[in-house]
Amino acid sequence: MKLTRRALFGTTAGIAIASTLAACSASPGGGSGASGDKIRLGVNYELSGPVATYGQASVAGIKMAVKEINDAGGLDGKQIELVEYDNKSDAAEATTLATRLMSQDGVLACMGPATSGNFKATIPVADDSKVPVVSGSATADDVTVDASGLKEYAFRICFNDSFQGTIMAKFAAENLSGKSAVIVQDNSSDYASGLAAAFEKEFTSLGGTIVATEGFTSGDTDFNSILTRLRGQSFDVVYLPGYYQEAGLIIKQARELGITAPVLGADGFDSPTLLELAGAAPLNDVYFTNHYSPIDEDPAVVEFIKAFEEANGEQPNAFHALGYDLGKFVIDAVSRASELTGEAVKNAMAETKGFTGVTGTFDMDENHNPVKSIVVIGLKDGVQDTSEKVG
Amino acid sequence: MTEILQQVVNALSLGSIYALIALGYTMVYGIIKLINFAHGEIYMIGAFVGYWTMRVFHLDFFVALIAAMIICMVLGVLIERIAYRPLRQSTRLASLITAIGVSLLLQYTMMRFVGADPRAYPPLPDYMNQSFNLGGVVIKSQQLVIIGISVLLMIGLQFIVKTTRMGKAMRAVSQDPEAAQLMGIGVDRTISFTFALGSALAGAAGVLVGVYYNSINPFMGIMPGLKAFVAAVFGGIGIIPGALIGAYVIGGSETLVSSLGFSLLRDGVVFAILIAILSLKPTGLLGKNVREKV
Repeated sequence: MKLTRRALFGTTAGIAIASTLAACSASPGGGSGASGDKIRLGVNYELSGPVATYGQASVAGIKMAVKEINDAGGLDGKQIELVEYDNKSDAAEATTLATRLMSQDGVLACMGPATSGNFKATIPVADDSKVPVVSGSATADDVTVDASGLKEYAFRICFNDSFQGTIMAKFAAENLSGKSAVIVQDNSSDYASGLAAAFEKEFTSLGGTIVATEGFTSGDTDFNSILTRLRGQSFDVVYLPGYYQEAGLIIKQARELGITAPVLGADGFDSPTLLELAGAAPLNDVYFTNHYSPIDEDPAVVEFIKAFEEANGEQPNAFHALGYDLGKFVIDAVSRASELTGEAVKNAMAETKGFTGVTGTFDMDENHNPVKSIVVIGLKDGVQDTSEKVG
Repeated sequence: MTEILQQVVNALSLGSIYALIALGYTMVYGIIKLINFAHGEIYMIGAFVGYWTMRVFHLDFFVALIAAMIICMVLGVLIERIAYRPLRQSTRLASLITAIGVSLLLQYTMMRFVGADPRAYPPLPDYMNQSFNLGGVVIKSQQLVIIGISVLLMIGLQFIVKTTRMGKAMRAVSQDPEAAQLMGIGVDRTISFTFALGSALAGAAGVLVGVYYNSINPFMGIMPGLKAFVAAVFGGIGIIPGALIGAYVIGGSETLVSSLGFSLLRDGVVFAILIAILSLKPTGLLGKNVREKV
């Protein structure tokens, strides 16, 4: 036993020393990601694990954007090279990979991770190494700025959660002429509580009332008792901030219990699984905010959808579109940067004005958040039927 | 009033599902004093077997139910044979830890093959999708099927345990395995039979839940498994009617807590019941204090 333990210690120490050596030998202080005729960009995404679908879709979008640029001759004759790692949907792994990308691989900027928690975990590394990190889909409110101030090297190209809640409240009050609402929120996620708070604030300031608030936790499957409680009250709309796993079941059970009011949600609804879980008939009078809609008739969007379908054989979802815009955005910033260093690229990103992507046109504001419009998608028998740009 | 009646319907459906799982827990505990933590995973696999039977082979709901029961039966017996039997003479802690290991093994093996995303059950025939509105109280035919099948299976179980030779053997082994063996009862065979019976019920519960909630995933067994365990302890673990009562009490209190507007405390209340029963009456509602025989 003693011997085994010592052997184990020896191995661990050996590994620790080896990795320290490796870290030392790598060129310190990244951001010089242009070696010869190539520009290296880091891709740090959830390619496996619980949120792998987000990561995989984002990376497919990024690759499409990079391929377009490379096929057209690259950036000033330089080809873009992606260094791609899987953070396994784990925040600690995401941090380790960010360090590796910036110190060993020497990338000029990092893309990803897809979810707010994992993305936030890479920001301290970015600040230390002076290499910008950009997320296409980290929507939590405090990603790029929090109580301690602006995170200088963190950017995102998607709107934040509370903005979705605000827009949906406006849509409920103005487009659906709702006077009273109930909120059924996922209490186990910051995402849902942020949305619920923003919705309540805007809806009440527009003269509406929140009749009741009910909560659930992710992984629940039986919502009959809370829905039975709601059924006894009168309200015009149901706001349901949460993810499709539970939202699908809640909508199904609500319709079965005879709740016919419109159900409103956010981008967490955007998954084909929603239709599978709820079934077609309950998914009428269901609206959700999103980054992009595949039924948008904007020529740029139509062209993107066509190209994506040709390349990948499936219709792009919001994560594909955001990944595509993310790739284009980072390359655009690199092209505008005064020199090829992380700091110059960061400055170029902060100065972005009028960037046009398939998820909308935006300026970067002083908090490193894009100022862009939101799409409200309406479902008919579970299929996207209407899309309106609001905000 | 309609709201109360509606909540009663909700509670009965939920309680029936817990009952089917809790019975397996309690039977296995009754016979080998092992808390079989892998039981929730057998329920999960039952749900997936039902899913495949309906989606891939396009068979009827009842065929799926029976297929799931048979496959879970085999799985339960195999788990006992491979993981628990070699440890039967070792400490109870060793078997308990093994049970947790088996539980994790099944969850993650399943995740490896089907992914962690929830999937929906295949569309059901019309007679399963109807709902009846009795003066404002909506009763879904699925709820009737769940309650009906649960009650039928429980009556069947009671019949097996009380009147058949095998049932008599089960009761004998649970009282004293060594004495039972001396009387010529095949202890190994009886234990296998108990696992088969309990696992079949869990498999049935899996299919019923898949049909009712329309959402299954490799981790679906954890929470219901734990709650069924609480139900079994509540009624007095090892006692079959106790598990039944416990399950409906747990289903009822969950519904009650949510219907009073404290839906977030729902799971907390279930586990508070566990703590309360363990400190007030550790043998459970129907349990008797058995003096240690020296």
